[in-house]
Amino acid sequence: MPYKFYGGIHPPTFKTFTLDGPTKRAYIPAKVVIPLSQHVGSPAEPLVAIGASVNVGALIAKQTGYVSSPVHATISGKVTRIAPSPTPALARALSITIESKGDEDQEYRPSKRQNTESLSKEELIDIIRDAGIVGLGGAAFPTHVKLSPPKDKAIDSVILNGVECEPYLTCDHRLMIERPKEILAGLAIMAKILDVKNTYIAIEDNKLAAIYAMEKIIKETRDKRQETSIEVAVLKTKYPQGAEKQVIKSVLNRVVPAGGLPMDVGCIVQNVGTALAVYEAVYLGKPLIERAITVTGSCVKEPMNIYVRIGTLLSDIVNAFGGFKKDPAKVIFGGPMMGIAQYTMDIPVTKGTSGILFLSKDEIKKPAESVCIRCGKCIEVCPMGLVPSTLMYNVKKEFFSQAKELGIANCFECGACVYTCPAKIPLLDYMKFGKAKIPAS
Amino acid sequence: MEESYIVSIAPHMTSEVSTRKIMWAVFWSLVPAGIAGVYVFGVRSLFLIMAAVLSALITEATIVGARKRSMSNVFDGSAIITGLLLAYNLPPGVPLWMPVVGSFFAIAIGKKVFGGLGQNIFNPALVGRAFLMMSWPVYMTTWQNPRWVADAVTRATPLTIYKENMTGLLRNISPWDLLVGNRPGCIGEICVIALLAGAAYLFIKGYISWHIPFTYIATVALTSWAFNGRAGLFTGDALFFVLSGGLILGAFFMATDYVTSPLGARGKVIFGIGCGLLTFMIRKFAGYPEGVSYAILIMNAATPIIDRYTFPKWFGWRKQ
Repeated sequence: MPYKFYGGIHPPTFKTFTLDGPTKRAYIPAKVVIPLSQHVGSPAEPLVAIGASVNVGALIAKQTGYVSSPVHATISGKVTRIAPSPTPALARALSITIESKGDEDQEYRPSKRQNTESLSKEELIDIIRDAGIVGLGGAAFPTHVKLSPPKDKAIDSVILNGVECEPYLTCDHRLMIERPKEILAGLAIMAKILDVKNTYIAIEDNKLAAIYAMEKIIKETRDKRQETSIEVAVLKTKYPQGAEKQVIKSVLNRVVPAGGLPMDVGCIVQNVGTALAVYEAVYLGKPLIERAITVTGSCVKEPMNIYVRIGTLLSDIVNAFGGFKKDPAKVIFGGPMMGIAQYTMDIPVTKGTSGILFLSKDEIKKPAESVCIRCGKCIEVCPMGLVPSTLMYNVKKEFFSQAKELGIANCFECGACVYTCPAKIPLLDYMKFGKAKIPAS
Repeated sequence: MEESYIVSIAPHMTSEVSTRKIMWAVFWSLVPAGIAGVYVFGVRSLFLIMAAVLSALITEATIVGARKRSMSNVFDGSAIITGLLLAYNLPPGVPLWMPVVGSFFAIAIGKKVFGGLGQNIFNPALVGRAFLMMSWPVYMTTWQNPRWVADAVTRATPLTIYKENMTGLLRNISPWDLLVGNRPGCIGEICVIALLAGAAYLFIKGYISWHIPFTYIATVALTSWAFNGRAGLFTGDALFFVLSGGLILGAFFMATDYVTSPLGARGKVIFGIGCGLLTFMIRKFAGYPEGVSYAILIMNAATPIIDRYTFPKWFGWRKQ
């Protein structure tokens, strides 16, 4: 069944660091810094003042506008600061700091919701929105918006994205092994909201344990489902298989038009972690206050997957895994291909953080850049079918409108061209610069 | 903030393949053909090869030095390959100064005046060869028999024999002779098996794609099989035309030169077919018995326009 997409690379996966260990529960930090703009869209607006006492799970900032998402307290304690702080996306954003004295009850007590089966679509969407759920794959697009497509877009398929093509990261893989039942329940809720009968779980063919776990649970629950079909789509291991447009091409053989959205070809893609969060919100009434992340790299003493409260500072997480073997030289939020390097460890985990990667000095050698020899490797690997080398020349000469005509806006910055370039040209730097300079009309 | 970590734009890992690595892989893939050439024509060929490589390196170093650029460019492997390919394209009997002059011209005029590596329009080694061919045509068309043949000097490569209709002589050359290199010809072009071994290595490494060599050789085979002059259509000896001359060397090692061939897959197919048609036409209708080098040079000139008209459509492209 699996189709394929054009381009892509095969980087070493480095997933064995954290492939087999169970996802651990992090210790509860004494302080969290919760950014109010963790999602795509307008930032949330604070509802609490400095000095206020909050309990874990309490709403502390409300959504502003449709494409936005509320924010909840992730520990119990006192609000001590509301000010701009650094966030993983390399910018300062208004954040709420909560500090606990250590004697509060930090356990979130889920209030099991009764009669979940009888909830209407609108009620379900409201629950998901009020729980502050956003896409946990990294882009952090508010999930309730994605689940309410305009009336004129007929949706016939939902793809659950468990591809996790980024090297090093394994948190989605572990979730599929450890909590397949909850993930399926979350998927069922989303299928119900969208009125969709065809659902798929996309997994790369190197994650056999996850494929096995999901297929097992699908078989076990077959009798309980009515008409919804669930299929595990086993895809070729190739980066960036998990990119939204590529996973749709691979699973359904549909091409999302340039500049369009998945709903233009009748499907919605959600991360497996998001499905889990949807399940917890609907069945347990639990807002998005924690998520699973991968803490990994050769410098780390005990690489592992852990559940972390949103807003936990990286410097506190270091204590949870027992420190470093080697001094890290680079700290990356996300994977090595698309992750964002941080200058400090005082950065909070946000809803969109899928992993933290520590690279030592000898792993980040930056080879000297040489001239383009027109080998065409970047064209062979670009999943969007662009010509990075030609675009690079255009951006270098500041021919931005020409770069636009050659499709520079389609680049989603997967970094495959930079990975493969034998001349070690930082093509993505030029792409990003060129995209920022695209003339308006 | 107690300490600061290194910050850079993603991706944070890159592949191990570098320009230098590719260049040296091409160098090593050319070595077997050179060994075969030296074995067949004697140790003098080795001196010719060394003279060409040294001259290429010295020319490169002189120009890089004069322009005050980093000397590491000299040893990126590209100059050595240019020298090597130039020597491989020479008859074994040329005087020792000819590879020196040829390499100088190839590097200085063929490559450096355009701006160096990555900027040249024409394959530098072929520019050098074309220069020598025009300047000293007698040296460039005087051939030697393999060491073990009694009369050392001959006027005829297999293609010359064919061109001048000395078909009686052709019977002495079997496909096996053409494969192992038991025939007169240029130093590096004769031993097809050695060339194919080198090309296979580059294929396995993924440094060259099938597009150019396959379409090039297939076009030459098809056209020479289909159009066989008076003997009638579809009677040509395709194998003979593929194995004789410099087609294997040209198709795998010179037409595939990254810098001077099109970027995309579609462009490469057009390039290969163009090279094949031109090679056939030069062999058939022009004054020279062999057309590989001029065919590649002409298609080199067409590369920018091929690139322009085969610019790929991106994912989800739609008509505006």
